[in-house]
Amino acid sequence: MNKSVFFGALTVASLAAGVAAASTLDDVKARGKLNCGVTTGVPGFGAPDANGEWAGFDVAVCRAVAAAVLGDGTAVEFIPTTGKTRFTALASGEIDMLARNTTWTFSRDVDLKFDFAGVNYYDGQGFMIPTALGVSSAKELDGATVCIQTGTTTELNLADYFRANNLSYEPVPIETNAEGQQQYLAGACDVYTTDASALAATRATFEAPSEHIVLPEIISKEPLGPLVRHGDNEWADIVRWSLNALIAAEELGVTSANIEEMEASTTNPEIARLLGKEGNLGEMLGLEAGWAKAAIMAGGNYGEIFEQTIGQSTPIGIARGLNAQWTNGGLLYSPPFR
Amino acid sequence: MTTITDPPKESFRLSMLIYDTRYRSMTIQVVALLGFMAVFAWLIGNTAQNLSDLGKEPSFTYLNDSAGYDINQRLIDYTSRDSHWRAAGVGLLNTLLIAFLGCITATIIGVFVGILRLSNNWIVSKIMTVYVETFRNVPVLLWIVFTMAIMIETLPQPNDFRGDNATASMILNDTVAITNRGIYMPEPLFSRSLGDVSVFGFLNISLNLVLIAAVLIAGIVASKKIKERANRIQEATGIRPTTWYLRLGAVLLPVTIVLVALGFHLGYPALKGFNFQGGTHLRNSLLALWIALSLYTAAFIAEIVRSGIMSVSKGQSEAAEALGMSSRRTMSLVILPQAMRVIIPPMISNYLNLTKNSSLAIAVGYMDITATLGGITMNQTGRELESILLLMLIYLTISLSISAVMNWYNNSVKLVER
Repeated sequence: MNKSVFFGALTVASLAAGVAAASTLDDVKARGKLNCGVTTGVPGFGAPDANGEWAGFDVAVCRAVAAAVLGDGTAVEFIPTTGKTRFTALASGEIDMLARNTTWTFSRDVDLKFDFAGVNYYDGQGFMIPTALGVSSAKELDGATVCIQTGTTTELNLADYFRANNLSYEPVPIETNAEGQQQYLAGACDVYTTDASALAATRATFEAPSEHIVLPEIISKEPLGPLVRHGDNEWADIVRWSLNALIAAEELGVTSANIEEMEASTTNPEIARLLGKEGNLGEMLGLEAGWAKAAIMAGGNYGEIFEQTIGQSTPIGIARGLNAQWTNGGLLYSPPFR
Repeated sequence: MTTITDPPKESFRLSMLIYDTRYRSMTIQVVALLGFMAVFAWLIGNTAQNLSDLGKEPSFTYLNDSAGYDINQRLIDYTSRDSHWRAAGVGLLNTLLIAFLGCITATIIGVFVGILRLSNNWIVSKIMTVYVETFRNVPVLLWIVFTMAIMIETLPQPNDFRGDNATASMILNDTVAITNRGIYMPEPLFSRSLGDVSVFGFLNISLNLVLIAAVLIAGIVASKKIKERANRIQEATGIRPTTWYLRLGAVLLPVTIVLVALGFHLGYPALKGFNFQGGTHLRNSLLALWIALSLYTAAFIAEIVRSGIMSVSKGQSEAAEALGMSSRRTMSLVILPQAMRVIIPPMISNYLNLTKNSSLAIAVGYMDITATLGGITMNQTGRELESILLLMLIYLTISLSISAVMNWYNNSVKLVER
């Protein structure tokens, strides 16, 4: 794991010229595959299923982009990254985009020179703790041992939160979600903290989920979304609008089931533009006219993906909450397709 | 008539640089050096250019920013508001600590195993062979993770010590708790403190410790003087005065007096809230790393010691036995001192290996310099190149220092030739 960081750094140093010069879109087209950085495994968000196929909420974004660019949602090379290696992998060009529970922050956008393509999940940091410890609020965590993934925003939030509330704690740094889960279940730490969505996903895989509670306090804003390297605006546009196409499709009622029918019979000009029947949005992006249709067909619209991977009917069982469409009181709001 | 003429003057032509064997090797070396420097210059120029294209000009000012993260094991004061520099300093001290502890235990275990592997006892020597071969042939990272996994999964949680029907209990008269978060031990405390003295505004050194160390060293020096006096008396009169109680007293008495004066007492760990509070906490990350690195490196040291001992000719031990020396005294007085000059040089590289292997610490969450500067700091600031360069420089410095000290020691024990 340390090796990849090091090689990543070396590659940034020696090969960045090639990366900066050639356009990512051309690279992806020439390669015939999208290199997409994902997590090493958070159930529901990104993990290989029983057949070894990557599936999940973040993975669906990769598939949508691959479908928009190459017309094939399976033309993706999934590259697992840890909280520590992800930015190096992206900056060095090892991956074309990162779709991996990554929080959009000022310094990552501005100082680390990345472009966030939007938000696919509005999240916040929470705490999970065994019910047996009888804790009902994060304010009671004074002196607790806390497992925390290193190199994440959660690590910084945790330090700030405990400092602000004048509580002491013992951080146990870990590298991956799986490691954190193991240490937490063995009782090597009292509390596991990460994004509330990932906590829910992790808890769903436990043998006895009811023996663990997620505390009510959400101590931070964690807008998670896909990101790309700074400086390749065409590529950033493609990723941004692929994500927007999924969100807009839900808003406009376009699903993977009715998309053919919609395409044939729609009278709504925005749907017609989205699906490439009217106007030349695809051409503007340097893609085929049916790019958005392919993206939606890859895994369904935003709502379909949500329900299939992390929604109420899945073991993870997350309610839409903030992630509902703006028309339903949520925060999801795609700019217009025109 | 013949005249003696001067030999023809050597005329130098440029082609001689290639065709004349006297110059050719020089030419090749100069060209190779120029080529090497050109490649290097291109690499540096290219890197700087690419980084500035990315908008990330190399700069080390980020190290002055607030780090923002917490570190569990710190030998110097540190909070999340301190700078990345200080976080790197905390990590560096943790690296040095594990390297120091590891080198000492690896040497002790290694020397024992190396000697026992040459034992005439078949079972002992075979067991040692199995130990050496298993540890040498499995990567150290696996040993570290394995040790950690055993500690986490088999030892009791602090929770198990709680309540009336606790499944675990503290040992040694309720003073030491062994848990899967590490070992909680009594800590030395002083009710009267002389205060701290700040060094370079970076390290706070407790004057209590300085005083105790000074008294201890003075006691040892005094003990040496008593021994020298006993030697003199023995040489003069042939009778050696009994000095052991004097020497013991010279070392122990002043230290005891100082400890009592400072109000020395022990702070015991007690279960409070989620964890044991108070006492010294040896974290399981430190223990796992320490045990795994020591056992792994000891396997190599054992082989070095064995080869060193075998390099001493058999006549030496036979001569010692002929003088009636016991086999233990033969080993410590005759064989080992001669084996040392074979043992020391490869030992240096094993100490260096152990120090460098400690960078695997992050696998078990031990916050060494690779985990702070090369891990979290690098990740939070995105300054890969600068952080890695700095890290390489630091490891280089540590390694060269260890090497220098060991070489100095090697010079002091090597065979003196006239």
